[in-house]
Amino acid sequence: MPVTATASPALAADAVEPGRSLWQDAWARLRRNRMAVIGGVVLIVLTALSLLGPLFLAYSYEEQNLALGAAPPSAAHLLGTDKLGRDQLARLFFGGRVSLLVGLAATSVSLTIGVLWGSIAGYAGGKLDAVMMRIVDILYALPFTIFVILLMTVFGRNFILLFVAIGAVEWLTMARIVRGQVLALKRQEFIEAAVALGLRKSRIVLRHVVPNVLGPVMVYTTLTIPAVMLLEAFLSFLGLGVQPPMSSWGLLIKEGAEQMEEAPWLLIYPAAVFAATLFSLNFLGDGLRDALDVRASKD
Amino acid sequence: MQEPLLEVRGVKTYFPLERGMLFGRGAATVKAVDGVSLSIAQGEVLGLVGESGCGKSTLARTILRLVPPTEGTVILAGRNLAELAPEELRVARADFQMVFQDPYASLNPRMTVYDTIAEAIQAHRAVSRAELAAEVSALLNRVGLAARFSRKYPHEFSGGQRQRIAVARALAVRPRLIVADEPVSALDVSIQAQIINLLAGLTREMGLTMIFISHDLAVVKHISDRIAVMYLGKIVELGPAAGVLERPLHPYTKALASAMPLPDPERERTRRRILLAGDPPSPVNPPGGCPFHPRCAYAIPECSRDQPRLEAFRSGHEAACLRLEQVNAD
Repeated sequence: MPVTATASPALAADAVEPGRSLWQDAWARLRRNRMAVIGGVVLIVLTALSLLGPLFLAYSYEEQNLALGAAPPSAAHLLGTDKLGRDQLARLFFGGRVSLLVGLAATSVSLTIGVLWGSIAGYAGGKLDAVMMRIVDILYALPFTIFVILLMTVFGRNFILLFVAIGAVEWLTMARIVRGQVLALKRQEFIEAAVALGLRKSRIVLRHVVPNVLGPVMVYTTLTIPAVMLLEAFLSFLGLGVQPPMSSWGLLIKEGAEQMEEAPWLLIYPAAVFAATLFSLNFLGDGLRDALDVRASKD
Repeated sequence: MQEPLLEVRGVKTYFPLERGMLFGRGAATVKAVDGVSLSIAQGEVLGLVGESGCGKSTLARTILRLVPPTEGTVILAGRNLAELAPEELRVARADFQMVFQDPYASLNPRMTVYDTIAEAIQAHRAVSRAELAAEVSALLNRVGLAARFSRKYPHEFSGGQRQRIAVARALAVRPRLIVADEPVSALDVSIQAQIINLLAGLTREMGLTMIFISHDLAVVKHISDRIAVMYLGKIVELGPAAGVLERPLHPYTKALASAMPLPDPERERTRRRILLAGDPPSPVNPPGGCPFHPRCAYAIPECSRDQPRLEAFRSGHEAACLRLEQVNAD
């Protein structure tokens, strides 16, 4: 019998060799992508500034100084003040917290619902799949603004509701993407092997299906965050989102746009920061897409 | 004769073929497996051969209930698998396992070898953490892999090594029956023998029963006790491995066997090959009577009318041919 322990000379119990998972491979590829790295760094810096920046400022985001009015940037107010004399830098930092939080929270809502919904529909197939995806189609058909206006008028303007409203819309696309991935995955032999092993359905979905759709999902997520932040800006612009004296980047841009002739600094800075964030997220998303592409991995 | 471990009776697996709306809503079906009966004794290795598309893999998947049979029964250790409720079936799966054709597709790329095997162990048994680690190492050693590789991922292994991992995973649930579906056809020739020897050794030492599927007679020859030859969803010949290959009964098997190169150059020079004309017919619309008659050199008009059944010609060696006597007159 040629195949015994003697076939591999190194059978002696050596130290366990660490493996390199596909995630680690992807991470190495991502780090080589300069634009993605810059995008990631910009995001980290902006997040840190939004979180920690207000601690180093002399003014709070809602402190008014009516005597000052809309003043251009100066030593006391680095980015100037708005028409109520509120410090623009403080409002920008605070708005960053709100915008990034909306982006993250609404995206996680859409991510959780979308991934579970899509994997279950795709894996179960048949009637359940048909019913679940028709529900998605129906929700898709609802005009988003009307949906949000209804929510806001019924429940009142509520910060949390904003997350729910945006998440409730964004998960639909996620569910469709995940379902498509799962359908392709279901034909793979390792899923059949998991069935043949007698694993429970819940385990097959959570351990075998979901981890293998996470690649495309991560890419789509980085593209969802900017979409969500744009939605928040859009809602705030319509007066349905965040209300003053709170601030968000969307709200700041709206206020700035109203006075861009007399006080351009109120528009330029928030718009620049917002654009930088969107660019960074998109570059990061592109980088992740390339990094997670299995065909690019050495095999 | 002792009670067989596996008994397959009259199994048919048909797949509905979806058709366009315009061209009739005809209920066309692919008759992938069309009435197969066979039984396998405990500890026996049955080789299942046939060309691509003859229904070998579907038969395997039907036996393992990865595909429900359209008709017929599959009795494993006294239990009819075709009748089990989903949860009973899930539990029963500990008794029968499969080794898949493509070791690049049959392992979850996101799980380490350790996780893959540990999951299989835990699928049917509660095991403590220490026992689990010991058992995973033992299984890896059993299939000729070092335990120190256990934290690696499938993409870090070669095809042969991956197939070893897949074998270890199948053994982890302690099955009584293993179905190996073309386990070596995706591997390099130099690796094939290693995996075949591994499987042969395991079945011998652990008393496993195995169905070994291949389209390659030479591969099946080494490992099987008996060989079943499939053609278009039916078994056309069944008998002891040596008998089927050296003294085949069915015209189709004769053609297959004649295509096998002989190791002895003297005999190889005089080897006469029987060349089959045409392609196998479509399983959607199989020919009436004997499925092989359009390509058979011995066919007579009756062959397109009457379906032959498996009949014993020698002891334990059966074939499904209307002209069995005449074909084997010499």
